[in-house]
Amino acid sequence: MLELFGSLGRYSIGKVGSLGRSAIMLFHSLVGAPNFRKHFPLLVKEIYFIGVQSIIIILVSGLFIGMVLGLQGFNILKDFMATGSLGTLVALAIIRELGPVVTALLFAGRAGSALTAEIGQLKASEQLSALEMMAVDPLRRVIAPRFWAGVISMPLLSILFCVIGIYGGKFVGVDWLGLDDGIYWSAMQGNVDFASDLIPMCIKALVFAIACVWIALFNGYDCKPTSAGISSATTATVVQSSLAVLGLDFVLTALMF
Amino acid sequence: MKYAKTEILVGIFLLISIIGAVVLSLKVAGLVLNGSSNSYVVHARFDNIGSLKLRAPVKIGGVLIGRVEGIRLDEKTLTPVVDLAIDAKYNQLSSESKASIQTAGIIGEQYIGITPGFYDEDLGSTYLKDGDSFTDTGSAIVLEDLIAKFAFGSQDDKKDTSAQD
Repeated sequence: MLELFGSLGRYSIGKVGSLGRSAIMLFHSLVGAPNFRKHFPLLVKEIYFIGVQSIIIILVSGLFIGMVLGLQGFNILKDFMATGSLGTLVALAIIRELGPVVTALLFAGRAGSALTAEIGQLKASEQLSALEMMAVDPLRRVIAPRFWAGVISMPLLSILFCVIGIYGGKFVGVDWLGLDDGIYWSAMQGNVDFASDLIPMCIKALVFAIACVWIALFNGYDCKPTSAGISSATTATVVQSSLAVLGLDFVLTALMF
Repeated sequence: MKYAKTEILVGIFLLISIIGAVVLSLKVAGLVLNGSSNSYVVHARFDNIGSLKLRAPVKIGGVLIGRVEGIRLDEKTLTPVVDLAIDAKYNQLSSESKASIQTAGIIGEQYIGITPGFYDEDLGSTYLKDGDSFTDTGSAIVLEDLIAKFAFGSQDDKKDTSAQD
């Protein structure tokens, strides 16, 4: 019986401890005077790895999600003689929920796991310690540019996802199933609002970005410096980021809409 | 100065994202940047505005001439007042025109339809200017009221006829 309490206690102390270490890691890597001349090239390089290389997967999945929404929505709305609302349906579904959430999930799988594996490998081969020996702060040199690159890239990727998804819905609804082009866009414009739909979308994407990148970086930074440790840290990144994104999505939706 | 391939690709990424944001704002949300510069505001007082929303269209005969800019409650009379921003090029609206709240389709959005009135200077009618009010308005038709009128109104008729008998 005591063993049960003991193991529960050890588990929860370990969890709280790692939460604290992750906050300290983020704090140390972000707080301090920025050195633009030295850090800007690093940031550009990381935006390339995290953002630019994720564009293809984001665009393709956005296009197909928009097309599926257009097809399903058209067939259901047809029963109610309300196919004119297809534009509203596609745009609101993508902008309010699917855009930021699916982008974050893909981002966690595509970029988050890569970040964890990369940093875990740096740690396992003791390159982080080597940086420290050379009086280079690994948090500022390795963690910070990746964090900012993720935070910059993901809202932009969400925006691209929304645009391509809405055009995907248009391809199916207008060009294939014969809905009027003007009705598709005007119903959308009448019901999608800049302040109450697009701004919350960007806030959601930003929050998801912070959560995903933070989880990915910390799992890499805190992993056991072995190959098994790296692999379990990568798995933990994908699982934890996905759960965090879905949970945060509910909270943010409840707060903002 | 020569740029690395990475830098160029990142630049393109940022650029197309910004274009995407602009497309979302203008094409999807229908954000208009120059809003009030070339329009004038006319007030209309209704008994009931139903589910009229901000930025709902104002139409004459189905043609968009403006948008609902404000909805507020007159504190003295406790009646809703709607501010209509009408495009400045439609400046020949007679003060006898009627503004009524109409619905597009059965479950569609509500909009304000304006029925143009006559214009006769001898009878004192003028063109509406900035800050004027519609004298003649028609409220939104609330479906529940309509059903109640239908259901209970017919009973009243029966009572009347039975009393006459």
